[in-house]
This record gives sequence, C-alpha cells and structure tokens, in this order.
Amino acid sequence: MDSLALLSFGPNGWGNQLAGGVAVTVALSLATLPVGLVAGFFVALGKQSADPLIKLSAEIYTTIFRGLPELLTLFLVYYGAQFGFSALSKLILGYAVEINPFLAGMVALGLVSSSYASETFLSAFRGIPFGQYEGAYAVGLSRYLTLRLVIVPQLLRLALPGLSNMWLNLMKDTALVSVITLNDLLRITTVAVGATKQPFFFYTVACLIYLLFSMLSSIGIWRIDAWASRGVKPR
Amino acid sequence: MTTGATVTLQPPTPRPSVAGVILIGIWAVVLLGLILALASSVSGDRLDRYGWLIVRGFFTTIRLVAASLIVGAAISVPVAAGRLSRNRVAGVLAYAYSYFFRGTPLIAQTFLIYYGAGQFALELRGIGLWWFFRDAYNCAILAFALNTAAYQSEILSGAIRAVPAGQREAAHALGLHAFPILWRIVLPQALIIALRPYGNEVVLMIKASAIASIITVLDLMGQTRYVFSQTYDISFYLWAAVFYLVLVEALRRASNALERRITRHLARAK
Repeated sequence: MDSLALLSFGPNGWGNQLAGGVAVTVALSLATLPVGLVAGFFVALGKQSADPLIKLSAEIYTTIFRGLPELLTLFLVYYGAQFGFSALSKLILGYAVEINPFLAGMVALGLVSSSYASETFLSAFRGIPFGQYEGAYAVGLSRYLTLRLVIVPQLLRLALPGLSNMWLNLMKDTALVSVITLNDLLRITTVAVGATKQPFFFYTVACLIYLLFSMLSSIGIWRIDAWASRGVKPR
Repeated sequence: MTTGATVTLQPPTPRPSVAGVILIGIWAVVLLGLILALASSVSGDRLDRYGWLIVRGFFTTIRLVAASLIVGAAISVPVAAGRLSRNRVAGVLAYAYSYFFRGTPLIAQTFLIYYGAGQFALELRGIGLWWFFRDAYNCAILAFALNTAAYQSEILSGAIRAVPAGQREAAHALGLHAFPILWRIVLPQALIIALRPYGNEVVLMIKASAIASIITVLDLMGQTRYVFSQTYDISFYLWAAVFYLVLVEALRRASNALERRITRHLARAK
C-alpha cells in the first residue's frame, strides 16, 4: 500500500510531477505529429517527382533519417544546434543562446517521423489508380484541386495504417528526449527513482502509462479509420 | 515542391527545375560540410587516441545486436505459437506479452530491467543470478531480446497465417503429420513472406541498440558519447552516424538481394 502512496498527488507523492511529465510527453508527441505529417507528405511528393534532382534529394533525406538511430539524430540536432547557435548568437548578440530541448526533440523526431511518413505516403500514392487523376483532369479540375478533392481523401485511407504506426513509434520515441534533460514522463520517473530508490515500481508505472497511451491511440485510430473508410466499406 | 509531382500526363521534362537544383545544392553543401567536419577529427593524434575506441564500439554494437536478435528469435517461437494457438489462455498471454513490449518505449523497458534489477540485488544474489544483472551489457541484451521477441513473434505468426489454408489441407489430405506439414510445407512459404519484415527488424534493432549507451554500455554510441565528453568535438557524432548508416544500408541491400535470390522461383517470366 505504501507504493500507492508514492503515486498520490499530495506533498509526499509523485503524482503531480508524473502528471507534469505526462503532459510534456503528450505535448511533444502532438506538436511533432503535424511536422512529421506535412514534411513527410512533401518528401513523398518529391520522391515521385519527374525531376531527377528533386527525387534524389528526397531519397537522400529518407535514407539518412531512416538509417540513423533516433537517439543519434537527437544528439546531432541538440548538440549541433547548440554549437551552431551559440557560435552564431555569440557573434551577433554577444552571448550564447540556450537551445530548448523541447524544440530540439521536436526537430529530431520530426525528421525521423517525416521520413517514415514519406514512405507511407509514397506507397499510398502508388495505390491510387491513374484513372483517378485522369478522371479529375477530364472534368476540369486543376492540379491543386485534383490533389485536394480526389487524391488526398483516398490517400488518407490508404496511408492510415502506416501513419498510425508512425504515431505510435513517435510517441514511444519521445521517451528518448529525457536524455537531453527534457522533463518528460521518463525523466520525471528517473528523478522519482533517484529520490525513492524504487526503480522497479516507478519504471513499471511509466511503462503502464505509455501502454495506456498506446491503447488510447489505438482506439482513436480505429475511429479515424472508420471515418476515412466511410465511403468504401458498406456495413 | 508540388510542381514536381508526377500527376502530369506529359513525359518527364529533361531539364531539371530550379527547385531541384536548389534542393540538391543544399544537400551538396551539407555533404561537403560533413566531409570537412569528418576530416577535421581524424587529424594527428586524435585518430590514435579515439579512432580505435569508436571502431571497438562498432563491433560491440554488432555483437550486442546479434546476441539480442538470436535470443529474441528463440523467445519469439513460443510466443508466436501462443499467438496461433487455439488455447485461449496461451493466446491471451502471448498477446499480452507482445502488446506490452510493442506498446512501451524500449528505453523504458531497458531502464526497468537494468535499474529494476538493482533494487532486487539481494534476492538476485540469493538465487545466483546477480552476476548476470550486474553487467549493463547483459541487461541490454535481455531488454532488447525481450523487445525484439515481441516483434519477431508478430512477424512469424503473421507470416504463418498468411500461408493459404489450402496448403495445409492438401498436405493433411496426403497423410502428412503435423510436424512435417509445419516444417516442409508451411514454414518455407512463411519465411519467404517474413523475410522482408525480418530484415526491417534487424535494421530497427541496430538503430535501437544505441539506447544501450544510456545504461553505460560502450557500444558505438556509448564510445562516441565518451569521446565527445572528452573532446567536446561534435564531428565524432558524425563519424558514428557514418558507421550506423553504412551498416544499415549494407544490411538493407543484403536483405533485398537475399529476397530476390530466394524468391526467384516466384518471379514472373518476362
């Protein structure tokens, strides 16, 4: 029972701190998701470009950020930005600017998730028959309108399984940001372990909280899938 | 960027667009800067002092990943059997196992095992297992193996399910027993389906193994972090990136070649 007291929200429990860590984890995941989706979409467009240079650029991007360990990407962004910005800001402002670990995490996870999302979008693009484009042009839609009204709605449905995987991975990868001192769920847990000497208990709790997120996400994804496939699967 | 999409019905334009030139120009500058940065850290005594540490870390990473994958494969077999079993209890247990390890971050699992074991040091000493958990390298292998076992069991059970039921029924009708059916009919076909996901899993494991560096294992990432803490030179991280990229790309190509080789009897005649 004294274990449960450790999780209480009072002055003796770690409830408040853990809730704060959960908030940071959720905020980082939600803030990175649109970055990964939008960047991934454009990289996918680039990958199926007729222009060989654009195609090559997009392929270099995904080869690098899918091949690097997420942790290394994070360090490269964090320390790289620290060195780059502090040199730059010393030059211009006269003092070194601190790099926000939240922002560094967002950029690093955005790079990783966008390269995964681009693969998903690319195979979804390939799943859309060419006749859809031809039909849209035949009724006089512009390229932009074709993309928005005809292609993207189908793309969403086809890409959803891959994108939901990307989201689940993104959420789990946010735990890595604890290493660059962002006070997310895992880092708060580590702080609590340091104070209470109860590693097994606290890391189990952290794992269960992540598991809860995965479950909630699965439910959400299931509902989005039902919405995205409303035109295809008559029930 | 949208201008480049192949939604056009015209043949591809032979002349590269301005956007393409700009993009490739950015990459050229980045790669040039990368090469300069990489070259800067191999000068003089730095190579002697730190170069071999990083190379040693590279081999530690390979050993770590290989051990985790092999142990994980062994654990994945009973889990996959549970996933495919008609027994409800076995099914639920196997699903819970795979759901837990796939639904939580590997870094949290690693902490749970490494630091969590520390809490039970006395008990583990009592049953004679402390020598194992005392070493961060062993804990990393255990955590990675349990994690990859969850993914591998999904790959394996999914691939076995994907083999058409007619194959099994035909073998059964010919009078084959359960084991030869599995060994000679189902598994060879399932492994072809599983090859690509297995290849992906190896790559994911290599990338995830960098997490071992956080619990003080001196793998490629761990050695790089150590060297960085000594020199404060970020180009060592770039070297680690090159090592990881080469390893991952080589494996990806090897696995693609292997797939082409063993599926050549399925390739359509042209």
